[in-house]
Amino acid sequence: MSELDLTKLIFGRLSWESIPLHDPILIGTFIMVAIGGTAVFGFITYKKAWGYLWHEWFTSIDHKKIGIMYMVLGLVMLLRGFADAIMMRIQQAWAFGGSEGYLPPEHYDQIFTAHGVIMIFFVAMPLITGVMNYVVPLQIGARDVAFPFLNNFSFWMTTAGAVLVMVSLFIGEFAKTGWLAYPPLSGIIKSPGVGVDYYIWALQIAGVGTLLSGVNLLVTIVKMRAPGMSLMRMPVFTWTALCTNVLIVAAFPVLTAVLALLALDRYADFAFFTTDLGGNVMMYINLIWIWGHPEVYILILPAFGIFSEVVSTFSRKRLFGYASMVYATVVITVLSYLVWLHHFFTMGSGPTVNSFFGITTMIISIPTGAKVFNWLFTMYRGRIEFDVPMLWTVGFIITFVIGGMTGVLLAVPPADFVLHNSLFLVAHFHNVIIGGVLFGLFAGITYWYPKAFGYKLDPFWGKMSFWFWTIGFYFAFMPLYVLGLMGVTRRMNKFDDPSLQIWFVIAAFGAILIAIGIASFLIQLYVSYRRRDELRDDSGDPWHGRTLEWSTSSPPPYYNFAFTPRVHDLDAWWQMKEHGYQRPTSGFLPIHMPKNTGAGIILAGISTVLGFALIWHMWLLAGVSFFALLAVAIGHTFNYDRDYHIPADEVAGIEAERTRMLANHV
Amino acid sequence: MSEITHDTLAGSAEDGQRLQFHETTEHHPETGTLLGFWIYLMSDCLIFASLFATYGVLGRAYAHGPTGQELFDLPLVAMNTTLLLLSSITYGFAMLRMQMGKLGGVMVWLAITGLLGAGFLGLELYEFHHLITEDAGPGRSAFLSSFFALVGTHGLHVLFGIVWLVTLLFQLKKHGLIAENRRRLFCLSMFWHFLDVVWIGVFTFVYLMGVLP
Repeated sequence: MSELDLTKLIFGRLSWESIPLHDPILIGTFIMVAIGGTAVFGFITYKKAWGYLWHEWFTSIDHKKIGIMYMVLGLVMLLRGFADAIMMRIQQAWAFGGSEGYLPPEHYDQIFTAHGVIMIFFVAMPLITGVMNYVVPLQIGARDVAFPFLNNFSFWMTTAGAVLVMVSLFIGEFAKTGWLAYPPLSGIIKSPGVGVDYYIWALQIAGVGTLLSGVNLLVTIVKMRAPGMSLMRMPVFTWTALCTNVLIVAAFPVLTAVLALLALDRYADFAFFTTDLGGNVMMYINLIWIWGHPEVYILILPAFGIFSEVVSTFSRKRLFGYASMVYATVVITVLSYLVWLHHFFTMGSGPTVNSFFGITTMIISIPTGAKVFNWLFTMYRGRIEFDVPMLWTVGFIITFVIGGMTGVLLAVPPADFVLHNSLFLVAHFHNVIIGGVLFGLFAGITYWYPKAFGYKLDPFWGKMSFWFWTIGFYFAFMPLYVLGLMGVTRRMNKFDDPSLQIWFVIAAFGAILIAIGIASFLIQLYVSYRRRDELRDDSGDPWHGRTLEWSTSSPPPYYNFAFTPRVHDLDAWWQMKEHGYQRPTSGFLPIHMPKNTGAGIILAGISTVLGFALIWHMWLLAGVSFFALLAVAIGHTFNYDRDYHIPADEVAGIEAERTRMLANHV
Repeated sequence: MSEITHDTLAGSAEDGQRLQFHETTEHHPETGTLLGFWIYLMSDCLIFASLFATYGVLGRAYAHGPTGQELFDLPLVAMNTTLLLLSSITYGFAMLRMQMGKLGGVMVWLAITGLLGAGFLGLELYEFHHLITEDAGPGRSAFLSSFFALVGTHGLHVLFGIVWLVTLLFQLKKHGLIAENRRRLFCLSMFWHFLDVVWIGVFTFVYLMGVLP
């Protein structure tokens, strides 16, 4: 008996039955992941690159490297999230006329939940945070973010969350509740397994990272702008980053709180969201959407910022209506808190409340529309160059306007009563997230890639990626609008009415086009690396940019700017070029920089173990890892030796190299 | 760069005056730690806001169980409140000593603050224990769930504050009142007073209003 207790204390709910050996799809995936993982590990070991990775990347507090690591995380998770997507598309195109398809309901439910969670939390968020991390300090003329160690820690906490979601694939299960895990379905009675617990702890751990990175970038933008850069001289992307981080700091605590309440219900028999003992499920729905709606603006605002930078650079014009762009961003930031209830018009709030939230929702289209017109007027009579970032921007404007209009349709409560929970909704939010956030990220990646790596991305494969993504998007989601209008509900793994099948087949075809688009993007990365000497840019300013990040070399030195820039105008670098600015070649000073530290990755590693232990009720391991976490965190605060000076000679050497590169360029 | 002439860039280019485009001395931005910590506190405040909102919605959902009027022991809570408010004052004394540069005084007042905080926690744990043994634990009703979540979260924060305070005592002993430690004292000060403010909300909203019929 006592032996049994000990096993339970150590292993909790974990047993050999938790490994899904019965599922050939998962076993196949596992074998592929194992082979791929072994290959990567073997390659790194063969190249003896572990030390390099550890010292130069994993422990780096350089915002540029952390930004790139965020991008890698986001892209890897994109592949996972997309694998889920295409599995769903195939299943729905297949499971008609009595056919069960190949995914049983309990597997299908996990897939759509994982797809949503991964795409929002571990694709869109890391990619957006990565771009902000990379670009914002450069745009404001800073040497790093306000809290460089915290930045590293935030990244690893986000990764820890992603790791837990990936582990759920092979050990146990993921939630079958949909991406927001509404109770009572996510309660302990209806979901007794580990799926919802994976969901809770992955998001809580990643949430710590997101919140801290929000605080970090917010303080960076407020405190570390170059002299002369008043708020209304900040580049638009930095403005959108500022607003997004305000939203992060103001929204994510609510998610933390509501997931904690759900965890208390599940772990400690609390009664918040039970239907007996006076609990109230609507409390959960309200709180999670008070986080959830700002979240979509957290994702889209930086994308708007990217498009603004791209459109003015490639139109060779100052952005039209800068001030209105800034105000529109701020208005959206505020309004994003006043619309959450439109996610559940049908859940009994009554006509008065629904009207209020319907109207506030429609009002959001006004500042958004203002932005669209600003982009159009920037292009109007500009000298437009259709480089790949500009293609994404034009594709975005058209696609996003369609998504925005279907959004306004859904904002009308009576219409929502017809369309809610249908594929029309699914089509709408994919329309704005793919057409807005994802297109924006691809524009941003193509635009800033030469800054980060010193060579441009290959335009042919970039265009392939653009066209396959765009056309694929329309094929994949326009049929869903049609199906939604016909009343087909979401999250179904099979259908009876054979007349619907053709639309799902078209959608699956679209998903395959998108797969080619993703493949083209990966090929683009590879081809560009192979052709890097042809695509190299020595000037640091390949697109004739307007903002400060283009004033330094590509890739920038780890201190970013040898001398802190002084700003006199909105388009600071453009003005410097216009004045025939000569970069200084002497008089360098030692530069004060923060030191690398391994504390971030260690803390996040322990957090992963803690999360895993809590998911599986391994109380002993949970206790041990909790105290280890505390000990390492406290130990880290005893390290007072956190910075150093780069000697002036070293700066002079790096800058002399840059002088040589610039001479080559001309 | 011929396209520049087509640009609509206004004014300043024609001024002819030479603008300085970089700093020639080492530029030190202001340190953002206090602002950052303040922003963190505000985000923490939103966690409490969510918990207060939950209590606001569920605080009268007794599920035929005991009510606040039956459970809350106001004299005990008054004593608790006194301890926590006093600890804020003693923290203030520690900060005054810090401004005078008196390390010994700082450490003594900090230690007193920590003890008052521990006293507060002790009374809170006593109260929780008492409630649970009276079959009024968090699983009894939504009211008690939201009560334990809100008050318990505050208590966990106080516990965290005490751990931080003890850590800081060691660091003060080791390094004295150096700039980093002064900054940390400021941060903990904000944290501690913040918990006081939240407690005033808890005291009023949960306990005083909770005993109303």
